[in-house]
Amino acid sequence: MDLSAINPFLLLCAILVSATPLLFAAVGELVVEKSGVLNLGVEGMMITGAICGFAISVNTGSPWMGLLAAAGGGAVLSLLFALLTQVAMANQVASGLSLTLFGLGLSALIGQGYQGIKPPEFPTFGVVVAEATAERAALVARLDILVFAAIALTAAVWAFLKYSRAGLILRAVGESHDAAHALGYKVVRIRVLAILFGGACAGLGGAYISLIRVPQWTEGMTAGIGWIALALVVFANWKPWRALLGAWLFGGVNVLQLNLQAAGVDIPAEYLGMAPYVITIIALVIMSSDRSGAPASIGRPFHASS
Amino acid sequence: MKLMKLLATAAMALGLATTAMAEGHGEKTKVGFVYVGPVGDGGWTYEHNQGRLAVEEHFGDKVETVFVESVPEGPDAERVMTQMALEGADLIFTTSFGYMDPTINVAAKFPEVKFEHATGYKTAPNVSTYSARFYEGRAVQGHIAGHMTKSNIVGYIGSYPIPEVIRGINSAYIHAKKVNPDVEFKIIWAFTWFDPAKEADAAKTLIEQGADVILQHTDSTAPQAAAQAAGNVITFGQASDMAEYAPMPRVSSIIDNWAPYYITRTQAVMDGTWETKMTWDGIGPGMVGIGEITNAVPADVKEEALALKAALADGSYHPFTGPLKKQDGSDWLAEGETADDGTLAGMNFLVEGIEGTIPE
Repeated sequence: MDLSAINPFLLLCAILVSATPLLFAAVGELVVEKSGVLNLGVEGMMITGAICGFAISVNTGSPWMGLLAAAGGGAVLSLLFALLTQVAMANQVASGLSLTLFGLGLSALIGQGYQGIKPPEFPTFGVVVAEATAERAALVARLDILVFAAIALTAAVWAFLKYSRAGLILRAVGESHDAAHALGYKVVRIRVLAILFGGACAGLGGAYISLIRVPQWTEGMTAGIGWIALALVVFANWKPWRALLGAWLFGGVNVLQLNLQAAGVDIPAEYLGMAPYVITIIALVIMSSDRSGAPASIGRPFHASS
Repeated sequence: MKLMKLLATAAMALGLATTAMAEGHGEKTKVGFVYVGPVGDGGWTYEHNQGRLAVEEHFGDKVETVFVESVPEGPDAERVMTQMALEGADLIFTTSFGYMDPTINVAAKFPEVKFEHATGYKTAPNVSTYSARFYEGRAVQGHIAGHMTKSNIVGYIGSYPIPEVIRGINSAYIHAKKVNPDVEFKIIWAFTWFDPAKEADAAKTLIEQGADVILQHTDSTAPQAAAQAAGNVITFGQASDMAEYAPMPRVSSIIDNWAPYYITRTQAVMDGTWETKMTWDGIGPGMVGIGEITNAVPADVKEEALALKAALADGSYHPFTGPLKKQDGSDWLAEGETADDGTLAGMNFLVEGIEGTIPE
């Protein structure tokens, strides 16, 4: 075992990168749920964003256009969910689940012909952690702008919900849509906007995986991150900063287990492999003992006549 | 009610029609392929699919091929194989180690259908196995890796702890150690054949811990991309040439060439001469190819590597030649002794000098 091989700063950077897609999706879903809508289609919107971003950036040669397309793709898919649940008054749980299945299938269809292709390189910047020595090259951590954008988004959502008038209205809609309606707020319109925002965020999270973290396209490459994001929102008690903590924890254990394996720590690899899921869930369950953040109207359909 | 009846009649008529058609095309040999990844993985499954296309090209109208990609190793595989057999496949290639028991199970139910399972060790009257001696290619990789590493740390992304993967690690290590006594291997078990995100993370972690050579036994090109982003790291194409990452980071590759085997076996089914066999071919017969060694490798190293390849091909050198000890220090092979196929097929130990353990 040689733990000295693990550089703490490099580890930290790897954790930030690993947590970013999860954070995007979780913060987006948090806003959706705060407006009183439960969208279980996060995984489907993420994977759709991943392929839309990938396809567009390959075709245009611009990673930025790809990000834009990813947000657009996620939002368009979530619009389908909005139509089903807000206009056609369909069951939110069933609609969300089918959105995930639909997204996985749709992305596989769009992705035909994009397998094994290299996307245009996303600009990253290197932070030199340790200078080069005789035995080894310099240690360089690679970060990108989206890592910080995700944290900024978390801060923005927190401030929006806590301090802005629009945030208050959004929360009011989520707490009691009847009261909000009686006050003259457009419940359906607000919820549709929240759903679109959530879709765009999930799409960005997906594109982060296909354009920056891997970068490559393969079917089902989000591999369940969307579900982790959903769980994160609940366990974070609908509070943005706690979602950030949860994302770092998941990313952290995930990266750490790989580092421990490579350093030859004598723990069976199977246990290390399941550690991110187990530890994140345990930590968040402990954190979520107070349920004050849950929107009272979550998952309940609203119609102006009722 | 009337509509239901109509639909039922239509469905039945359609069913009869397809059966009739199937019978009409009886003289065509139908060959099925079950793949563990997508055909566009750029690695393992891609090469199997190239083999399938070669079969189609070789036999033209006389053959019909079907394939199902991304089939999980488990009950799903059994379902897919059963479906293929029911649809009239005469020969089914199941192309991943984890399909071993499903293949045996399904084969027992369809004694008329021939099955060929890749990289396994269980046979039946209608089940053959075939595999390639990838460890011969690993010897060449290890040789280059030992010369090329400056940090003396070689990262290895293992998939599952099965004999095929363990053979590869041992073979690469032995030959890296031979040219560079200070070399050290760091191994991450990914527990997947194909998961680009996981493979990318594993490669990045190894690079961060100082590895400047990455060997992979997983099928995607994600580790290649990670190495390219890192700069001074070299990799080797796995299962397929992965030439899109040449000349750096990919400096060479192991290429699986299944086409001749697939054509021979399909021909055997057509001629009625098919019988159970355990095929295990290496560089010599051409089942394992070594991709072009790029100019990133110094000329003298390249020359040595090619000499090693030639010795492996003509059989004058065996990658597991004594004296070799197991990881725990016990004797394995005496001076000049070579490993027998039985030991290699069931290899479940690392050789002396490698740190870390094989997951149970």
